[in-house]
Amino acid sequence: MAADIGFGSLLITLVVSIYGIGAAFYGEQKKQKAWVLSAKRAMTLVFPLLTISVGSLVYLLLTNRFEFEYVAKVSSLSMPDYLKITALWGGQAGSLLFWSWLLAGFTSAVTLRKWDRDQDLLPWVIVISLATLAFFVLLNTFFENPFVSYWQTSEGITTAFSRPPGGIQLFPRDGSGLNPLLRHPGMIIHPPMQYLGFVAFIIPYAFAMASLITRRADDRWIQLSRRWTLWAWLFLSLGLVLGARWAYDVLGWGGYWGWDPVEISALMPWLAGTAFLHTVLIQEKRGMFKQLTMVLIILTYNLVIFGTFLTRSGLLSSVHAFSKSSIGPIFLGFIALNLIGSLWLLNKRWSYLKSRQVLTSFFSKESLIIISVVLLLGILVTSFWGVMFPKISELVTGQKVTVGPPFYERVAGPILGGMLMIMVICPLAVWSYASFKHLGRLLWKPFIVSLIGIALPLYGGLTRWPAVVAFWLVAFVLAVNAFEFFRRTRVRRKKGQDSLWGSIVHVLKRNQRAFSAMIIHIAVVMMAMGIIGIEFFQIETQGTIPVGGELSLGSYTMVYEKLDIFDTTDGRNVARAIVSVNKDGQTIDTLYPRRDFYYDSNQPATIPGVRSTLVDDFYVILVDWKVVSSEGATFKVYHNPLVKWLWIGAWVFIIGVVATTWPDKKSKPLPVRAR
Amino acid sequence: MEELQPIEAHPRKGNQLKFIIGGVVIVAAIVYLIVSSLSANVQYFLTVEEVLNKQSAGELAGRNVRASGAVLGDSIQYNMDTLELSFTIVHVPGDNLLLEEEGGLARALHNAVMDPSRPRLDVIYYGPVPDLLQNEAQAIITGEVLASGVFEADEILLKCPSKYEGSVPDQIETE
Repeated sequence: MAADIGFGSLLITLVVSIYGIGAAFYGEQKKQKAWVLSAKRAMTLVFPLLTISVGSLVYLLLTNRFEFEYVAKVSSLSMPDYLKITALWGGQAGSLLFWSWLLAGFTSAVTLRKWDRDQDLLPWVIVISLATLAFFVLLNTFFENPFVSYWQTSEGITTAFSRPPGGIQLFPRDGSGLNPLLRHPGMIIHPPMQYLGFVAFIIPYAFAMASLITRRADDRWIQLSRRWTLWAWLFLSLGLVLGARWAYDVLGWGGYWGWDPVEISALMPWLAGTAFLHTVLIQEKRGMFKQLTMVLIILTYNLVIFGTFLTRSGLLSSVHAFSKSSIGPIFLGFIALNLIGSLWLLNKRWSYLKSRQVLTSFFSKESLIIISVVLLLGILVTSFWGVMFPKISELVTGQKVTVGPPFYERVAGPILGGMLMIMVICPLAVWSYASFKHLGRLLWKPFIVSLIGIALPLYGGLTRWPAVVAFWLVAFVLAVNAFEFFRRTRVRRKKGQDSLWGSIVHVLKRNQRAFSAMIIHIAVVMMAMGIIGIEFFQIETQGTIPVGGELSLGSYTMVYEKLDIFDTTDGRNVARAIVSVNKDGQTIDTLYPRRDFYYDSNQPATIPGVRSTLVDDFYVILVDWKVVSSEGATFKVYHNPLVKWLWIGAWVFIIGVVATTWPDKKSKPLPVRAR
Repeated sequence: MEELQPIEAHPRKGNQLKFIIGGVVIVAAIVYLIVSSLSANVQYFLTVEEVLNKQSAGELAGRNVRASGAVLGDSIQYNMDTLELSFTIVHVPGDNLLLEEEGGLARALHNAVMDPSRPRLDVIYYGPVPDLLQNEAQAIITGEVLASGVFEADEILLKCPSKYEGSVPDQIETE
């Protein structure tokens, strides 16, 4: 019953979406508002409809209906309820439905805004959003249906939605359960954030295309979609950071990012989206690079779809990839259609987007932003090439090859350094005309302060120069931002009306967007510091020690106190070591590294014990133990300096993005049409 | 920055040359980084058979390579004191079409382990036993082939396709 409702609702969504596309298109062509309005209502309806579908699947998961293939594969009796709900995105078919549901959420929400001034964009926004939704719902109905069940027929066991001829439904007693690695609180939040970030980019893309189709040459589409874009970007960034955090907490290899092809496929839209956000700034301020902005939003959106394709087609082998699936070719067709369609359209409108402005100075804000955009795209090309090169090489030479993390690190390292460098001067640069002399006048004081960033590490005995440079850049960025803030406050103070506090508040209010950008950049620098810490200074050791034995690493010593082995109610056998951490002869903490063995999936999961401080993380993995005598155990220990700043930076980043989306009172310009 | 209004500029087109040169220099630097890093970091991705062939031809000396094969469960040995892990992997075809012919990855891995005539490769690794290391798992190992013919891995990735793909749950019953 629930499955019928769920699948029925899915079919209705497909029909409603196709109707909406048709009605919007017809209404636009015939200039009949009623049809467009009807299409808009259809689009409002898709979210409630898919909510019914998602609700049905969650109900099946919660009620252990293992006769359904999806439920049997991702759930089991012993799983707690919250994991049964997260199992919604634990497998291919369910996660695709979840994806469509979130996409429907955004497309429905966009119909609820006031459209009075932008009626001409509406039909096209509807057509583009609903076409994307229809594509994903189509995949869900015909190729990856989460509502199929098991049937015994004369030819063996098959899966189908409705009863095949002579089929008898099968009722498995238990399911195989969610992959143990996914049974972590981090997995409750990482995939939804990542998906929200991906699907939300449909909105700016739809507005961009609508703007191109209606021959508008103004920035209206950017203003309309600005907040959507920022939220999309925030979610995508959070998805990436949460994924890194989950890897750090669960995967037990002392790392956070492995340049895995699927990680890269999530990073690529982020890079393109970040570049897009920056060229938008130039377009708004100077009316330049409109064509590049369009190219970047098209690229971002298509990379989202491409990333989904890479993850779901079985083309890649990766910890994240879903099983082999037949949806690959359809996906490729959809991407090709989208990419060629949007680029063709952009080409037709290319001249509308020409700008009379040109770059005037290397040190103007716009050229610095463009340089950082080029650097971001450099990492994007590197990532793309690293993922695709093995496939291309195999096609051309027949020899299978791979490209590992050292490749990405060697390219991305210097580029990231260059970006930090630009972040240093960018807050001080002005639009349009800026001379090096002017910049130098503003730079020398922060520069002197930033030398602390060299002096302190050198004093601390640091000799590796990339690390020294990295620390110096971090100090420089912080110093520049602090000086710039105080300079503005002082200027305000000199005008005399305000108190110190009043001036700070005034400066903040007047420059809301500039300061939220500052917060975001400081957050990025904090995260960079965490990355520098773990990349350059991680040390590790391993050893087998008896109870009471010690293992030293850096200034820390760990003492193996005890090992407990017990069964849990949710079907795990847990081996948990109790380890005390000593520093300077004093016990400062107790850690519980453990190894969980899941009976239903017959698989272990290693959970590290971590002591995390602002200075460093002490990270202990229980590798193995002697069961019989229970007296010796093997540990692997990592010392990861500064890595906590990566996570703190992520919080600051959220604050910055939320601040920048905060409504500011600004008059809205009238639309401008080309010619 | 909001209060700084842009000054209307009337630049000559000729001035744009320096930006084009600047852009080309940056792009060239990035391309150089990519090309040089790629040639330094590309690894062969080989099947067990290819490893053995190339090894006997002396092509692998000192090279970092990646290889994949099916884990032979009985061969897994672990020394807790030295953290030395050793196991044997069995040849599995690298071509996706050949895998499909065998009935998918899970079946191909099973066939490989069952077939004593297939080429085999001994692997050693120093470190914790990976969670997924078990019979008929697909191991993707990165490292060097030692002169003794043993593959010393510094990284092991594992995949157990039979667990989550394509298989019908064991305890099935009809009503």
